[in-house]
Amino acid sequence: MREIVLDAKVENLPQLLSVIDEELEKAECSMKGQMQIDVAVEEIFVNVASYAYEDKSGSCRIEVDTDPANSYVTITFIDEGIPYNPLAKEDPDVTLSAEEREIGGLGIFIVKKSMDKTSYERKDGKNIFSMGYSWA
Amino acid sequence: MTINKVANGKDLTISLAGRLDTTTAPQLDDELKGSLDGVEKLEFDFTKLEYISSAGLRVLLSAQKVMNKQGSMVIRNVSEEINEIFEVTGFVDILTIE
Repeated sequence: MREIVLDAKVENLPQLLSVIDEELEKAECSMKGQMQIDVAVEEIFVNVASYAYEDKSGSCRIEVDTDPANSYVTITFIDEGIPYNPLAKEDPDVTLSAEEREIGGLGIFIVKKSMDKTSYERKDGKNIFSMGYSWA
Repeated sequence: MTINKVANGKDLTISLAGRLDTTTAPQLDDELKGSLDGVEKLEFDFTKLEYISSAGLRVLLSAQKVMNKQGSMVIRNVSEEINEIFEVTGFVDILTIE
């Protein structure tokens, strides 16, 4: 397992994604898988960076656990910000026309749709969000 | 990300290369805000676009809304990976992808 701790700031996103991609490449994850995982990582990390610590600064720990034998990866985000369960957000209606569509609300929906498993837990003052993906 | 614009009368073609994500989407948004006046046909070329996240989708949705009022918008040369994101989000039904 690889662990990375970053200040929860949007400008750290490229650094996070390069670590994620490195691990996925080592595990021989498919291109489609890498793209879907990168998009999901971006959505979750940007959420933490934008909301978890409000005006204060704080960090986010990310754990990347690849299982190449089973073509599976689990990525966990841990922050000590305000309690926030991204999975509680209502899904946007993706059948609406462009005019009726709201700008936003899509990020978490993409995560839920493209990952095989997502979970959230609030424990010891921490938000723990985890997602799993299989490229088998 | 690099943005390449070619204007021809009321036609505008925008080619994107690289990653359209949280850090680069505002760049495209600014670029579009200053260029869509009077445009009736907007074309995006995604041949060299490697990645798109929801921040990029938001910019495309606002462009589509503008173009629905004043003309048409088409996206060409979409990779399989990017098309997957369009499918998951229902954007395949909103956007014209050729």
